[in-house]
Amino acid sequence: MNSPRERILARLKAAPKSAAPLRPDWTPPAYDAAARKAKFKAMLEASHADVHEVTAADWPERLKSILANKGVGSMVYAPATDAGQRLAQSWGEGGPALVAYDRPVEEFKEVLVSRADAGFTTTRGGIAHTGSLVLWPTSDEPRLMSLLPPIHVALVEESALTDSLAETIRVQGWANGMPTNAVLVSGPSKTADIEQTLAYGVHGPKELIVLLIGSESP
Amino acid sequence: MVADAHKMEFGAKAHVALNDPKLRANFRRAMDGLMTKRAAQFADTGEWTSLRARGAAIRANALAKLPELLEQLEANCLRNGIHVHWAETTAEANAIVLGILEAAGARTVIKGKSMVTEEMHLNAHLEKNGITPVESDLGEYIIQLAGEAPSHIVMPCIHKNKGEIAELFHDKIEGQPYTENVDELTAAARKALRGAFAGADAGISGVNFAVAETGTLVLIENEGNGRLSTTLPPLHIAVTGIEKVLEKLDDVPPLLSLLPRSATGQPITTYVNMISSPRKDGEKDGPKAVHLVLLDNGRSRVHGDTELRDTLRCIRCAACMNHCPVYTRVGGHTYTFTYPGPIGKLLTPQLEGIDCAGDQPHASTLCRACADVCPVQIPIPDLLVRLRTESVRPAAPGAVKGAGSMASSSETMGWKGWTLLYGSPLIYRIGTKMLGWFGNLMPSSAPMLKQWTSVRTKPKFAPKSLHELAREKGFCDE
Repeated sequence: MNSPRERILARLKAAPKSAAPLRPDWTPPAYDAAARKAKFKAMLEASHADVHEVTAADWPERLKSILANKGVGSMVYAPATDAGQRLAQSWGEGGPALVAYDRPVEEFKEVLVSRADAGFTTTRGGIAHTGSLVLWPTSDEPRLMSLLPPIHVALVEESALTDSLAETIRVQGWANGMPTNAVLVSGPSKTADIEQTLAYGVHGPKELIVLLIGSESP
Repeated sequence: MVADAHKMEFGAKAHVALNDPKLRANFRRAMDGLMTKRAAQFADTGEWTSLRARGAAIRANALAKLPELLEQLEANCLRNGIHVHWAETTAEANAIVLGILEAAGARTVIKGKSMVTEEMHLNAHLEKNGITPVESDLGEYIIQLAGEAPSHIVMPCIHKNKGEIAELFHDKIEGQPYTENVDELTAAARKALRGAFAGADAGISGVNFAVAETGTLVLIENEGNGRLSTTLPPLHIAVTGIEKVLEKLDDVPPLLSLLPRSATGQPITTYVNMISSPRKDGEKDGPKAVHLVLLDNGRSRVHGDTELRDTLRCIRCAACMNHCPVYTRVGGHTYTFTYPGPIGKLLTPQLEGIDCAGDQPHASTLCRACADVCPVQIPIPDLLVRLRTESVRPAAPGAVKGAGSMASSSETMGWKGWTLLYGSPLIYRIGTKMLGWFGNLMPSSAPMLKQWTSVRTKPKFAPKSLHELAREKGFCDE
């Protein structure tokens, strides 16, 4: 028993056994379709996010005008995702410049850290109970675009909303394979470390803009 | 000889804290707010009861299977490409972290909030070896600038008001004007830390839950500094106590519902970060290497006692300290050690030994407020009583490290006399008679009485005992 690992495990295994208790019943909250969407919106808005209801047809146009009104100069996006391609095709002239996050961070750090005004990501769904977005970064859609720029824009499909995290994990089969990094986002970056006074954008985005695509839209 | 007896200074420090009106006001305001917010979250008592029963069972289950789950966690992390290290002591853990950093040629480190690295005094160790650690959680950054330790496990700089922080920023951050505007202070920290994030060679974080089933490290936070520290630098080192493991991913949601609500009254933290591997081929960001350091530092000893094992259920929400009548009046620094408040006075003597921190279990009124709010049902007051008992009893097999070290000969003699008095009816009668006659002549400065009467009025012995009064009323002994 030479290694710390062996000594620690030997001590733990030599300990008297206690029964592993059954997990008593606990039911996470559940909603009907209308309540689910309302709860999702209300919780996100309570966390200081801007939620816009959009359609599958008009979201790029809507986003362009939202950003233009805020004076956003540039937005980082993932060009290889379906949503990224849609964005690039319909963006046209005027509005913020689209900057593709298409290379390793080592070559893109400066843009992310100090130049980009916004970052655009898709989501794998949303959770009504806590007003959370499920981000599931991939090689096409990297991790930092939702975190470094001062504004994070996220696209959510109403049909991908679930009631609770427990349901999300079960329905989407997370235990069968986790990605490098999965993230739940419930609002913009915030802190209350100074006298419990809420302040936004301490390290991550100061604003979170959520585009919620209605399920009945064409 | 009591080892490290200098650390036992709760009483003296408490007196100083109690006479500091600014500190009292800072804690009072903060704790009142936190109690109100938590209460609003758990207004539905039915939901609270079933959720916390589930949370307690999840943690007890993980501790019952701890060695097997740690092996499973290790196997799954390795399969995912995460390096796993084991450390028996904080010195070993420090050496492991330093070794990883040196092998990677890292000179600067950005840190997310981590209590276990506070327990290790990792920052001092890195600085001594030429590596600069920068704390990125705003609260931790503030106390790092001030050269202090955290005074709370969730809100490390809760003991400071904005005036003090304004002054500190004005002094320590170049070009920062004095302002008490919280948004401006926050923006100043963002600006100061952006460069530190971008330039760091490595990121260090703690772990809230480590999921054995999938080899996933769960980190929760509001600021995004935790995500940045674990994503932007090319190397990520996560450090955790061995007790933080959970069996299944399904165990995360109930605990995630209990932790932030108990801690700050939030339904969820802004970010829940689940890390399962380093950057894979084709991925554009994320660290190229991830290391997990598993620290024992006395935890396996705590685990070896099936009663005290409940201590390890703790999910570090700090609700116990927010509701503790002692903590809320004296603040976290009074406890000297890394973990303050009720969970600290339970955990610290077990990790460090009663000979080092044996005064801590006595810093409690046993009012049970901590037990009432604990989301995983740790019977804190009962375990504190066990530690108090062991602190004065001769060490027996299975007793906590340093047991018996607080026994004093005058106290032992006092109890012997008490036993004698109560064991013999004759001596008892004579004794109480004598106390009735002469007890009031005892000066308050008498040994053992002195400390007790320092904050209380000396009791007055009645000329007649209860037995005598009863006999006079016509009751008779059986």
